[in-house]
Amino acid sequence: MRDRILDVSNLRVAFRSRGGEVTALRDVSFTLERGRTLALVGESGSGKSVTSLALMGLLPPNGRVSAGRLRYRGRDGREMDLSALDAAGYRKIRGAEISMIFQEPMSSLNPLFTVGDQVGEMLWLHQDLDEKARRKRVVEMLDLVEIPAAASRADAYPHELSGGMRQRVMIAMAMICNPALLIADEPTTALDVTIQAQILDLMRRLQNELGMSILFITHDMGVVAEMADEVAVMYAGAVVEQATARDLFADTRHPYTEGLLRSIPQPGRSKSNRLVPIPGTVPPLHALPQGCAFAPRCPYAEARCEDPVVLTEKASEHWSACILDRPVPA
Amino acid sequence: MPRYLLRRFVGMIVVIFLVLTIAFVIVRLAPGDPAALMLGPDATPQDVTELRERLGLDRPIFVQYVAFVAGAVQGNLGESLFFNAPVTAVLAARAEPTIFLALFSLLFALVIATPIGIYAAYRRGSTLDQTSITSAMLAASVPSFLTGLIFQRYLATELGWFPVSGYGGPDAGFFERMRHLVLPSIVLGIVNSALILRFTRASMLDILGEDYVRTARAKGMTERRVVLRHALKNAGIPIITVVGLTFALLVSGAVVTERVFNLPGLGNLVVNAVLRRDYPVIQGTLIVVAALYVLVNLATDLLYLAVDKRVKV
Ligand SMILES: Nc1ncnc2c1ncn2[C@@H]1O[C@H](COP(=O)(O)OP(=O)(O)OP(=O)(O)O)[C@@H](O)[C@H]1O
Ligand SMILES: [Mg+2]
Repeated sequence: MRDRILDVSNLRVAFRSRGGEVTALRDVSFTLERGRTLALVGESGSGKSVTSLALMGLLPPNGRVSAGRLRYRGRDGREMDLSALDAAGYRKIRGAEISMIFQEPMSSLNPLFTVGDQVGEMLWLHQDLDEKARRKRVVEMLDLVEIPAAASRADAYPHELSGGMRQRVMIAMAMICNPALLIADEPTTALDVTIQAQILDLMRRLQNELGMSILFITHDMGVVAEMADEVAVMYAGAVVEQATARDLFADTRHPYTEGLLRSIPQPGRSKSNRLVPIPGTVPPLHALPQGCAFAPRCPYAEARCEDPVVLTEKASEHWSACILDRPVPA
Repeated sequence: MPRYLLRRFVGMIVVIFLVLTIAFVIVRLAPGDPAALMLGPDATPQDVTELRERLGLDRPIFVQYVAFVAGAVQGNLGESLFFNAPVTAVLAARAEPTIFLALFSLLFALVIATPIGIYAAYRRGSTLDQTSITSAMLAASVPSFLTGLIFQRYLATELGWFPVSGYGGPDAGFFERMRHLVLPSIVLGIVNSALILRFTRASMLDILGEDYVRTARAKGMTERRVVLRHALKNAGIPIITVVGLTFALLVSGAVVTERVFNLPGLGNLVVNAVLRRDYPVIQGTLIVVAALYVLVNLATDLLYLAVDKRVKV
C-alpha cells in the first residue's frame, strides 16, 4: 500500500517586487513516498529552493503561496496542509517533523555559538531533556555523523571546522529530533568531490538507520543517479516530469529532461560530444510564453505547444508535461 | 590573548604620548609669547616675566617638553593659572557631573535606541520603521542647545518636574545632584540615540538576511528567540563599536549640554578655561579626555573578544 508523506499539488508562489508580482513557482506538483528519496532537479533559477522554503514556511517576507496544496502526513498518520498552518503550528513541525539542511555550510551555522550548542538547541526546542541528557544526545549524534572526537568537537565554533565537518553538523542538527522528512537543498554543491561522496554516503546510511524520507534538491544528474528513488524535474517554476529514477533515465518522456541528461559529462564519451548544452536560455519569469515554457528551446516544438500543457500520466507512475508521449529522435 | 593585549597596550601608550605632544605644542603654537597671551593685554612686562619663569617658558623648548611629559606621566598636569591649584585637583573637582552625565545619557540612548532599532529592522518598511528613521534624523539634526532650552522651558519651568539648571548647590546630596542630571542626560542622550538607532537598525538588517538566521527559523523556534538570541548577538558586535565611537560625540555634546544647564562639569570648565586663557587646564582636559577615549576603545575591543571567538588574538 502507498504511504505518501508529501503530496504537493499545483503549488504556486509569487514574490512582490518593484516591478509588480513575479510568479516564481507556476505549477509545482510531485509526491514523495515514506522512507524514499525524491530528487528535485532543474537548472539554476528553476525554483527548487523556493519550493523547499515554501514547504518549510520560510519564504521571505515578500513571497507567499498563492495557490496549491502542500499535503503532509506525519508519523502519526494525521494529514495536514502545510500552507494552512499558522506560525505556532509550523514551529512544532520544523525541526521535529520536517528538517532542512542548506547549500551553504560555511554560513548556515551561527558563528557565535558552539556547534554543540546549536545542535543541542534543536533538542531544547522539541524535547524535554535535562542539560546532561541533551549533551549526551548531542555527542552521540555528532558521533553518528562521523565527526571525529565528537565530545571535544561539540565545544568548537563553526569557524574551527571545515566545510564538510560543518555540513555534518548541519545534518546532525537536522536529524537529532528524528524528523520524518529531511529536505536537503543542494547539501553537497559547495563541497569538493571527495567530501561530497562522503556526505552522500552518510545521508544514505542515516536514511537506512533512521528511516526518514528525503527531498533531495540538486542540479547534478550524477547525484540524482546515486541518491534518488524518484525524480521530479523542474523547469521555469513548474515540474515537467516525475518518475522513478530508473524510468526517468531509461524511458525519458520530456524533451527538457532529455536535454538535461544529454548535458551530463560522461567519462566514456570523447571530449567533443561530452556536453551537449541545451540551446537558448531559461526565459525570464515575467516573460514566460502562454503555453509550454520550454517550447522556445525545444527541438520538437510545434504549433500545439502554444496551448497550456499540464502534467499527465504517460505510463504507470510516470508523469510528463508535454504534448508528445515521448521525445521522437529527429 | 596576552600578545594582543600587549600590542593594544603599546598602541595606547603611543596615542597618549602623541596627545601629550599635541597638548604641549598647541600652547606654544599661539603667536607671540604664551605668557603674555595668558595674561592678556593689561599685564605689565614684569607680570609676564614672572609668569614665564613660573611656567618654565624661559628654559630651552626641549627641556620644557621633557619636564612636561615627565610631569604628566607622574600625574602632574601643572598648575591652573586661574584657580592657583594643581590642574589634576581642578579636574577632579569637576569630574562627577560629567561622568554621570555621560553614563546616564549613554544608558538613555541604549535603552531607547537599541529596542527601537531592532524592531524597526525586523519590521522593515513598516510605519514604525519609517517613523523611527524620520525621528532619528530629526533628533540628530536639532541642535542639543535647542532641545535643552525647550526641555527647560516646558518640563522644568512650566511643569516643574525637574530642576531648570545647576547642580543643586554646595550642600546638595547625591540624589539631589543626580536629579539635576536627568534633563541634561536626556538632551545629550537624544543625539546619541539617533546614531545608535540607525546603526542598530542597519546592522540588524544585515544580520537578519544571514543564512544562519534562516537556519534558526528552520529549527522551529519563536521569532522572538530568532531575533533576540541568534540575530542580536551577531548584530551586537557592530553596535558595541558604534557605542565606543559615540563617546567622542558625548564629549563634545557634554560641553554644550553643561553650558545650557549650567553644570559645574569638565565641559563648562574647559569653556571657561578657554575664555580665561587658562592654558594648563585646557591641556589637562585634553589629555584626560584623550586618555578616556583610548580606554573606552580598549574596553570595546575587549568586549569584542569576549563575544566573538573568531577574532584572532
Ligand atoms: N526573495 C525573492 N524575491 C523575488 N524573487 C525571488 C526571490 N527568491 C527567489 N526568487 C525568484 O525565484 C526563482 C527561483 O529561485 P530559486 O532560488 O528557487 O532557484 P533554484 O532552482 O534554487 O536555483 P539554484 O540552483 O541557483 O539554487 C528565481 O528566478 C528567483 O529570481
Ligand atoms: Mg537553490
